[in-house]
Amino acid sequence: MSVAAKGVSGAGFDVERVRADFPILQQKVHGKPLVYLDNAATSQKPRAVIEAISRYYEGTNSNVHRGVHYLSELATAEYESVRETARSFLNAADHKEIIFVRGTTEAINLVAQSYGRAHVGSGDEILITEMEHHSNIVPWQILCKERGAMLRVAPISDAGELDLDSFSKLLGPKTKLVSVTHVSNALGTINPIRRIVDMAHSVGAPVLVDGAQAVPHLKVDVQALGCDFYAFSGHKVYGPTGIGILYGKTALLEKMPPYQGGGDMIMSVTFEKTVYNRLPYKFEAGTPDIAGVIGLGAALNYVSRLGIERIGAQENEVVRYATDAVSTIPGVRVIGTAKEKAGVLSFTLGEVHPHDIGTILDREGVAIRTGHHCSQPVMQHFGIEATARASFALYNTKEEADALVRAIEKVREVFA
Amino acid sequence: MSDLRDLYQDVILEHSKAPRNYKELPAANHKAEGFNPLCGDRFTVYVTMDGDAIRDISFQGSGCAISKASASMMTQIVKGKSAAEAEKLFESFHNLVTGQANTNGGAELGKLAVFSGVSEYPARVKCATLAWHTLQAALEGKQETTTE
Repeated sequence: MSVAAKGVSGAGFDVERVRADFPILQQKVHGKPLVYLDNAATSQKPRAVIEAISRYYEGTNSNVHRGVHYLSELATAEYESVRETARSFLNAADHKEIIFVRGTTEAINLVAQSYGRAHVGSGDEILITEMEHHSNIVPWQILCKERGAMLRVAPISDAGELDLDSFSKLLGPKTKLVSVTHVSNALGTINPIRRIVDMAHSVGAPVLVDGAQAVPHLKVDVQALGCDFYAFSGHKVYGPTGIGILYGKTALLEKMPPYQGGGDMIMSVTFEKTVYNRLPYKFEAGTPDIAGVIGLGAALNYVSRLGIERIGAQENEVVRYATDAVSTIPGVRVIGTAKEKAGVLSFTLGEVHPHDIGTILDREGVAIRTGHHCSQPVMQHFGIEATARASFALYNTKEEADALVRAIEKVREVFA
Repeated sequence: MSDLRDLYQDVILEHSKAPRNYKELPAANHKAEGFNPLCGDRFTVYVTMDGDAIRDISFQGSGCAISKASASMMTQIVKGKSAAEAEKLFESFHNLVTGQANTNGGAELGKLAVFSGVSEYPARVKCATLAWHTLQAALEGKQETTTE
């Protein structure tokens, strides 16, 4: 890499300038510059998000949808404007299809408990894939157990790609719902959602997409994907923890019973009869995480301003560079070699346990995740207990990939 | 690098690569499985008690270098000891790896003193103590235990 090109990718993305937006990245860890490669667990927050939350608490804090006073109107307007930001971000048809939830996990549980309990009965089937996060497995197990339904699992190949032939054979008239990840958190595989949706719709099964790992890296257009539900978490896309979004098609959401009861989700309450509020409020019981929603809005605006396509191109360049470099280290086995990948480099190193890799990398300032990544079935597929996972974000550089490689060399020295 | 060597001492690396008493004990009359749900480490500890004495002990399973070396060295040090002595050793060992040892563990811990570096790595304390928790469960007649 020439000096002139340092930090600027082919896409003209000035990564050094972007890094300056993230205060936390400026620090040292164990005396070494922090190399944060645990973005699939959670991303760091740009100043724009931190300041939006502070501004809200310092100047606007009030409850939403209730007060007639000045601050409540300001807070409500700002809160609702984020719904429009999210609608536009996902290209949903209508802002009432955007439901604020705590995160992807709550979104999936909402669909399982509301749509699932209303539509899934004894002998019915729910189809997921072998590469799902536990949060896209367990809610369906709970539902299936309760309803006497069956959870079917479409297998993956040794490259970590969904076996579409098997997937299509598992679809049938009993399939009442398909729930599939857009991007695998453990492998980085990008699933062909449009094809999956077409296949599922041909048997009349709606599709929920777990977008937690996709939204930070890919342009998501829910209408182009054709999916019925799409879930993601704010904190993985530079927003705060504790806030996320469930998108659902109006026609489905209208027919679903409420998930939780409480304030804000009702039109009128007597002890004899309660009339539920209209969409999306029917699914937003209780005082929401208003500051979280406002922080999420700032995060989505931040990503849109940089351009998700440019972010994706920059990340792909760094991930490819890191993958090539790490692959050449003796003993390294890359787990997840799908043709279409985003953001993730999962690997093992000879007989060295990933936990030991993680500890040694940490001493070099390199933060990665080690373990099963809440995807134990994926680990079982590859016959391993755990992997070391480096996961990338828009602020990661090739120099950081070099630091990762040097740190892995340290592991080899210690375990030589 | 020097501080990493405090954790990954040669003795620890050597035991992790060639663990001692790494086998099933068909004659075991006590057995328990230990599991660390955080990282997936999993060990089974087999014990043959002769009265109050640990006549034989072994382990099997998978885990990181620290947990495996700790299990290996634990089987060596407790063999021939009484259950009460093993319990006391665990207490001293726990104090050592959590940095609460008022002395340096003393002569009783012997070779286990190499684990003193763990106290600088709080995230790894559970790795070092997993086998000991499992032994404790086995002696108490429990089938399984977790570090959580």
